Amino acid sequence: MHAALAATLGLAAAGVHASGGQLLATGGATQVEGAAGGGLVPWAVIAGYATEDEIGGTLFASHVNIDDYTLTTGGLAVGFHNRLELSAARQRFALGGTGLTLRLAVLGAKVRLLGDVVYGRLPQLSAGLQYKQNLDPTLPLAAGARHTDGVDAYLSATRLVLDGPFHRNLLLNATVRATRANQLGLLGFGGDRDGGYELVFEGAAAMFLTRRTAIGIEYRQKPDNLSFAGEDDWMDAFIAHFPNKHVALVGGWVDLGSIAGKDDQRGPYLSLQLSF
Amino acid sequence: MARRSTGTSGRRRAKGGLAEVLAAMLAFTAAACSSQPPADIGAAGATTAADDELYRSLGGEAGIAQLVDRFLRNLAGDERVRHFFAETNIRRFRALLEQQFCVLAGGPCIYTGDSMAVAHRRQNISEADFNAVVENLWDAMEQTGLPVGAQNGLLAVLAPLREEIMGRAR
Repeated sequence: MHAALAATLGLAAAGVHASGGQLLATGGATQVEGAAGGGLVPWAVIAGYATEDEIGGTLFASHVNIDDYTLTTGGLAVGFHNRLELSAARQRFALGGTGLTLRLAVLGAKVRLLGDVVYGRLPQLSAGLQYKQNLDPTLPLAAGARHTDGVDAYLSATRLVLDGPFHRNLLLNATVRATRANQLGLLGFGGDRDGGYELVFEGAAAMFLTRRTAIGIEYRQKPDNLSFAGEDDWMDAFIAHFPNKHVALVGGWVDLGSIAGKDDQRGPYLSLQLSF
Repeated sequence: MARRSTGTSGRRRAKGGLAEVLAAMLAFTAAACSSQPPADIGAAGATTAADDELYRSLGGEAGIAQLVDRFLRNLAGDERVRHFFAETNIRRFRALLEQQFCVLAGGPCIYTGDSMAVAHRRQNISEADFNAVVENLWDAMEQTGLPVGAQNGLLAVLAPLREEIMGRAR
């Protein structure tokens, strides 16, 4: 990941293209696995503000502080010609008080297949992959996980509806994901209850109160593969602020349900994204 | 909340078929796209729009004139796109923009200019160029104090012109 970061910064420093041809906020924020999206859900948008003949990208860090755990994530993404997004992220999940941590590395790729988030008749439709490797597999394997790594594949459709309800611009996203990951992969992949891939739905809706500020909600279905602890669907409500094309700040509230036997895991979410 | 898992209790999950999921995504697609009415600004002609809500929210003739003035000033100051207007007769351009905004907003005007395709022929407008012009307009709408709803209304009626202006679908 450090090599990727160095390469990315080198690319940016070389001034391949000044980024920024896309409209404000249309690159989205960065979701918890490092893909351009909302907070929990990947959207069809490509990271950064690059148009067809530009290269851009993002750096991000986010933090979730729920009742018994924290989840800290950081990473970067590069967007090529508003067509391809490559991303790398690292997650650190800490069980408060125990000193125990679970880390997950995620490499992502997303391709815009057709359409555009703002213009034309079709919404933007993208397909993505997320390769995830659990870096602390002892506990997940002991808990019944079958694998220490896995690949998620997803299809996302995103559209910004101009002048929608209340004369506000409304972003809608629908994502379908095939996954066998337990709690993103932090608890490994597959399990004693269900070991195979499952299709889950993820949705997001955000209303732009102004040009720069949106409020939204997300919902993310999850598998439930481990018998030792049930896994719930996730949801969040957020407010996102895009003061300019270099910075995005997202604050929210997440409800992650039951995690590793602890129910009702809820708390604040904060994410900072820098775009270049 | 019913979705709470308690041990092995039955939580609703996406075990449904791929067909259901795809149908839902198609429905989503259709819903998202139905919000962009086709605009007809190509040919000269009066609009008889019964709904002039947007025209009124833009401040009518005076509001549109003020907006266009600010828009032109912004364009003139933007190094990214000012070269596109180097040969432009600004007086005529101003009048046509006012007519066009008026017509698209449902106002009592007639657009007397060329179609968007003809007006932008051989200009090689990139996606970034197009968006830069949109940003100048959006800035102008903010600078002239238009309510957000009116800003979005004008963007929504202008967005469908992009294909004709750029001479391609995307």
